[in-house]
Amino acid sequence: MAAAQVVRSEWTKIRSVASTVWTLSLAVVVTIALGMLISALSKNEFETMSARDRLAFDPTFISFAGMSLGQLAMIVFGVLVVSNEYSTGMIRASLAAVPRRGTFLSGKLTVATALALVVSMATGFAAFFLGQAMLGEHKASIGDAGVLRAVIGGGLYMTLIALFSMGVAAMLRSPMLSLGILMPFFFLISNILGNVDATKKVGRFLPDQAGSKIMQVVPPLEDETPYGPWGGLGIMALWVVAALIGGYVLLQRRDAQ
Amino acid sequence: MIELEGLTKRYGEKVAVDRLTFTVRPGIVTGFLGPNGAGKSTTMRMILGLDRPTAGDVRIDGTHYDRLKDPLTYIGALLEAKGVHPGRSAYHHLLCLAQSNKIPRRRVHEVLDTVGLTAVARKKAKGFSLGMGQRLGIAAALLGDPRILMFDEPVNGLDPEGIHWIRTLMKSLAAQGRTVFVSSHLMSEMALTADHLVVIGQGRLLADTSMAEFIEHNSRSYVRVRSPQRERLLDVLHQAGITAVENGNGSLEVDGSKAEYIGELAARNQLVLHELSSQQASLEEAFMRLTAESVEYHAHSGAPEPRQQWGDDWRRG
Repeated sequence: MAAAQVVRSEWTKIRSVASTVWTLSLAVVVTIALGMLISALSKNEFETMSARDRLAFDPTFISFAGMSLGQLAMIVFGVLVVSNEYSTGMIRASLAAVPRRGTFLSGKLTVATALALVVSMATGFAAFFLGQAMLGEHKASIGDAGVLRAVIGGGLYMTLIALFSMGVAAMLRSPMLSLGILMPFFFLISNILGNVDATKKVGRFLPDQAGSKIMQVVPPLEDETPYGPWGGLGIMALWVVAALIGGYVLLQRRDAQ
Repeated sequence: MIELEGLTKRYGEKVAVDRLTFTVRPGIVTGFLGPNGAGKSTTMRMILGLDRPTAGDVRIDGTHYDRLKDPLTYIGALLEAKGVHPGRSAYHHLLCLAQSNKIPRRRVHEVLDTVGLTAVARKKAKGFSLGMGQRLGIAAALLGDPRILMFDEPVNGLDPEGIHWIRTLMKSLAAQGRTVFVSSHLMSEMALTADHLVVIGQGRLLADTSMAEFIEHNSRSYVRVRSPQRERLLDVLHQAGITAVENGNGSLEVDGSKAEYIGELAARNQLVLHELSSQQASLEEAFMRLTAESVEYHAHSGAPEPRQQWGDDWRRG
């Protein structure tokens, strides 16, 4: 079975380069550590909060605060998995071995996404439990309404970020160009667009703004977001699908350079 | 067998490969010769389905490349540009290629042994010299034990021992009945390895001939004579019905006569000779003439922009 052969081959590729290990471990460590830190700080701050702010206090979401930075490592992982083929010239050997480009790309994405999913889910649960431990008496329980959904959603969110990056890298091919666009976009631009009043209505349909809704258990006060947690994740998934289609179409059309 | 039919590649206005039609047959080494930039690598990439032809067709054993099941078991290729992840070991590089084509793991060890990289198999490729990288590329080509092998400038970066090794390897692969297609911009290299020659210049087919035929048609043998009594020598030669051409530096070139005969002729007429030698025009010169002719052809057909003189690169080298 050709697809199984490609998956096996891609698994060998991904486990035999150091960048896989360091990008994924960085994503895990940063997400969990920063989440714990912010949880600890929030616990101390709770005493001085107004009653209004206490109403919107969302311990689950707070424990995922590290994801804003940890996702950058996930982006690097996704970009490198795909663009390494081009920057090293390996793409010629890869496509000579697997000339059906759709099979090649889907094999690569399957392996990288499965790996990202396992790491992201573990990170999501670890960030939640360790973050709650930091929050002390203000903590949420995994059994509370919406909490399990948010934790699993956090894992899915990170996975989709990685997959989106793979799609973008498949379109752009160059690692520097892909990272140069994705990193500032997710770290700065999207946040600005999503929080400035003038652009908020559009900004909240950006992939990370929409997708991160799934990690909220307690909605912010005066929440006007026109979609729910799964709706948000669905919007993010649409972005991912668009990036992947773009990557696939360009891979089919272009010469393998 | 590789069959090209009207294979064409255009990048915008620029024609890189221009209606190439030829067949690469099994059991012999076919040399693919042309100056740098003639379109050899582009042609080879199109054979592997990496670049899409603008027009025309190329088939491997009668099938399109992307229709081959486990293509590495049909055709193995060493491409000019290095294509190895620097952080991956030689072993893993070969293993991932093998797995994608259902080639057993022991083949990885076998080809590493064949190219002499077993000792460094677990080392990252970034530490490899140019020659080791080339050997790794050759190992990848041999991986699927294919009936067809294609090498793009294989001797580049190899030391003399490595060059000897690759020549022997190519000849033995052909002797096993495999199709061996190897590109070079050096005629001298081809003369040592190839049985058949395909010559291209600026993407066009210039010659498709056996090596023996090429040598017969293109290598001129003549006699060089130098004498202080040049005028008398010319007279004597003329009387004997021999045409001599002055070549500018005081010596004469005589086509179609043996040195012995000219020597005897001079002795009979008591002429002093300072030089009498049989000369063979090199194949490099023949190759240069061949590509130079098509430059003129292009010039006459009204090429819009001035082109780089063909053969410049290898003449310098």
